[in-house]
Amino acid sequence: MGDLFVLVVSCILINNILLAQYLGNCPFLGTSKKMETAIGMAMAVVFVLVMAGVITWMTNTFFLVKFDLEYLRTVAFILVIASLVQFVEMFLKKSIPALYAGLGIFLPLITTNCAVMGVCLINVNEEYTFMQALVASFGYAVGFGLALILFAGVREKTLLARVPRPLQDTSIALVTAGILSLTFMAFKGMV
Amino acid sequence: MAKSLTQEFVKGLWDEVPPFRLVLGLCPVLAVTKSVENGIGMGVATTFVLVGSNVLVSALRKLIPAKVRIACYIVIIATFVTVVELLMQAFQYELYLKLGIFIPLIVVNCIVLGRAEAFASKNGPVRSLLDGLGIGLGFTCSLAALASVRELLGTGYLTIWKDWGLVYHIFGSAYKPFSFMIEAPGAFMALGLMLCLMNLVGKK
Repeated sequence: MGDLFVLVVSCILINNILLAQYLGNCPFLGTSKKMETAIGMAMAVVFVLVMAGVITWMTNTFFLVKFDLEYLRTVAFILVIASLVQFVEMFLKKSIPALYAGLGIFLPLITTNCAVMGVCLINVNEEYTFMQALVASFGYAVGFGLALILFAGVREKTLLARVPRPLQDTSIALVTAGILSLTFMAFKGMV
Repeated sequence: MAKSLTQEFVKGLWDEVPPFRLVLGLCPVLAVTKSVENGIGMGVATTFVLVGSNVLVSALRKLIPAKVRIACYIVIIATFVTVVELLMQAFQYELYLKLGIFIPLIVVNCIVLGRAEAFASKNGPVRSLLDGLGIGLGFTCSLAALASVRELLGTGYLTIWKDWGLVYHIFGSAYKPFSFMIEAPGAFMALGLMLCLMNLVGKK
């Protein structure tokens, strides 16, 4: 139990997927202009990432490793993720329309979110057990949401500031992300 | 008016150079630019996938049904990524270990899918080949440029290609490395400032 707690903390804060592992930066910059979209994206990622982490872990253990097909991992994982996202989309549309409306366009975007694929690959590369993979996926997803929402908050403030022209938009956003990432570096050595 | 073949190639080098003009595919840009060697390796691997998928997508563009086209593109791209993975394991194992997870992640690099959807699905194979080469070369150059800034400030070295002995100790041993540039925050800031520089000098 203690190990799992350490794992979850390290996934959320120390190895934060956005700010320490550089994964999932396109939605990080793309959806952080407004708080609402950031929250939508964060929720969609938590939802899909946990499921994808578990399912790709099972695909790898019960199928790829068993039949010696590990060289097909990239193809298999992306197919699993793409069909999972499609399935989740259809399921939500039918059964929980309110949530579907909330997540909206962020669901299909997740297929090409490298954070999802990245976490699935990390789970396999680190040879996690089932429980560890589940907990790590959850931790990374929460870390993603946390960083994204914090960043959106900061970015809304920079809209009010007077930014020099060449620095505007993406440029200032990246510098802001650098400062945010600097604060997350302080968590290193906590565990 | 249709562009000439040279223009298709050249536009990737400046007008539409990927990480700066089209702000896409940032993850590998930030992650692998700790040394110039890694940047070039990643750039070449991405170029290979980009050219391969562009040509194949454009050759098959009349056969792929519009409704399932994204899924088809992803399968094509994933195939080329697997080819690159296996080739690198065979011939550049050390570099493969360094780039690690980012080689399989080329599959979700928005640049590759973006070019397949925006260009290759509407143009012939020759044009798509040139487009892929141009964008790929532009991507490689940007990675190398960002990596040289980060590596030079962060370590004082420039590692262009270790196997050929192209390692230079630019600042000499008196230089105290500014290791912030090698870490994650340095990556974000260096990219942000380079983007600012591009905006400053480039025509908009």
